[in-house]
Amino acid sequence: MTAVVLEKIWKEYGDQIVLENIDIRIESGSFVALVGPSGCGKTTLLKMLLGEEKPTTGRILLDGTPLKPEPDWDRGVVFQRYSVFPHLTVLGNVLVGREFEQSLFWGRLFGDKRRRAIEDARALLKAVGLSDHENKFPAALSGGMQQRLALAQALMRKPKVLLLDEPFGALDPGIRAEVHAVMNELWMAEGITVVMVTHDLSEAFRLGTRVIALERRRNRPEEKERYGATIAHDITVWPPKKQNVLNGSAAALAPTSATLSASAALH
Amino acid sequence: MRIINRHPSRAVYVLLAALPFIALAVVYSIGSYERLSVNPADKILPSVTQMMLTMKEYMFVADKRTGHYLFWSDTAISLWRLACGMAISIAISLVVGVAAGFIPWIRALVQPFVAAFSLIPPITILPILFILVGLEEASKITLIAVGTAPLMLRAVALAVEDIPREMIVKAQTLGASTWQMVTRVVLPQVLPKLIVATRFALIPAWIFLISAEAIAAVSGLGYRIFLVRRFLAMDVIIPYVIWITLLAWIMDISLAMLQRRLFPWFQPEQKS
Repeated sequence: MTAVVLEKIWKEYGDQIVLENIDIRIESGSFVALVGPSGCGKTTLLKMLLGEEKPTTGRILLDGTPLKPEPDWDRGVVFQRYSVFPHLTVLGNVLVGREFEQSLFWGRLFGDKRRRAIEDARALLKAVGLSDHENKFPAALSGGMQQRLALAQALMRKPKVLLLDEPFGALDPGIRAEVHAVMNELWMAEGITVVMVTHDLSEAFRLGTRVIALERRRNRPEEKERYGATIAHDITVWPPKKQNVLNGSAAALAPTSATLSASAALH
Repeated sequence: MRIINRHPSRAVYVLLAALPFIALAVVYSIGSYERLSVNPADKILPSVTQMMLTMKEYMFVADKRTGHYLFWSDTAISLWRLACGMAISIAISLVVGVAAGFIPWIRALVQPFVAAFSLIPPITILPILFILVGLEEASKITLIAVGTAPLMLRAVALAVEDIPREMIVKAQTLGASTWQMVTRVVLPQVLPKLIVATRFALIPAWIFLISAEAIAAVSGLGYRIFLVRRFLAMDVIIPYVIWITLLAWIMDISLAMLQRRLFPWFQPEQKS
C-alpha cells in the first residue's frame, strides 16, 4: 500500500524556483531518507508534507486523500530542537497527545482513561529507554534523551507518517549512534512510515530503506533562479530492512497501531 | 590582576552591599543632629527617635476623628487599590494578550490600537476618569489598570510570540485544537513570564496609585504623605516613604519566589 504520494510538486517563492517536478510514491512501512546539500529544498519538502507550506503546483496524497493544509495528528513530527514541551514532565509530554485526542475541552484525562494512557505512555518510554526519568522536566535531560522523548511523544498519537527534520543533527556522534539504535527498533516494532530529512549520508543509509537525493541540476549563477532542485538519485537501500510487524511486538507495544501494522504487513 | 577579574568574597560582598544604606543613614543622622542642636523644634530632618514616636502613634493609637489606626488603614486601602488595579490589568493582559499573540486576526485587530493607547500618558486621563467614574475608588483603580494594562498586554503577547514555532506545530501534529493549545501549551509557558511582567508593571502601578491618592482621596499612603506635607511633617513622610519602598520590595521578591516555586521548569535567560 502507498502511504504518501507526491504528484508533480513545484515550489516557487516569487521568481525563485526551489523544487521542481518532484514525484515520489512512498510505500507504507518504508523509511525514506531525504538527503541533499543545504539549501536544496529538502526541508521545504518536509514542511509541505507537514502542511506548513503549500506546493505551488502539484498535490500530496496521504492514504489516498489530499493532505489537509495545516499540521494535524495524521503526520507526526520530530524537529532538531524545541520538539518537547519544557513545562511538562517526561511522562506528561508523552501523555499530552492522548489527552488532546480524548479530552476536547479540558485537555486532561482522569480515572480509567488516564490509567490506560499512562500504561501506553510507559510502554513507549520503555521502548526509548526513558523509564527511569518519568518525572523529570526536559531541561534535566541530555539532548539525546530529549530527542528520544520527542519520538515517544510523536508515536503516542499513532501518526500515519512520521516526519523527522534533521532530528539527530545536533547530537554528539556517540549519542547519535545510540539514538539511531532506538529509532531503528521503533521503526521495526511499530510498523510506522517515516520520512527523514538529513544531511548525514551515513545516517540516511543506516536508517533508511530508501534514500532520495535532491539536487539542483543547473547551478550557474544566471540559471540559479529559474531551476529548482529535483530528484537526482532514488536508491533502495541494500540489504533490505524488514519491520517485525508479524511477531506481535507492535501490538504489544501499542495496541491500536495493530491495524496500521497489519496493513503494512500485507505488502 | 585587572579589577574586572577580582571578585569580592561573600562577606565582603554583603558588606559592600550594606555600605550605601549605612552611609545614607549616617549622613542623615549627622544632618539631623546638626539641625536639631541649633533648633530643637526643627521639622525638616527629624531624629530617628522622633520618627519612631510619631509612627508608634500612627500604628497603635486610634485616630480621634475617624477611630482608625491610620498607618494600618492607609496601608490597607492603598494595597487594596493596588491589588484591584493589578488584578484587572492581569486579567485583561492574559485574555487579550494571549489572543493577540496567538491568533493572527485578533493580533491585527488589537495590536495597533494598544500601541497607540499605550502612548497616552496615563496621568493625563485622570481628569477624564474623575469626570466619568467619579472621585471614588473606581477612578484610582482604573488609573492603575489603564497605566499598566497596555504594558503587560504587550509583554504577554510577546511571550506568546516567543514560543518556538516548532512547539506549536508539534502540538498540532499531536492533534491539539486552538483551545487545547491555549490551555495546555501557551498559557503554561506564558504564566511565568506574566509574573515577570507583573513585577515590572508594579513600578508604574505604585506611581499611579500615589499620584491618584495625592490628587483626590481621603485615605491611603499617598493621601497621607501629601496631606501632612502642608505641616512639614517629615516625621510622617520619611517613614511612610520607607514603608512604601519596603512594601514594593516585599512584593517583588515574593513574586520572584512564587515564580520559582510554581514553575521549576522555567529558567529565564536573564538573571532577575
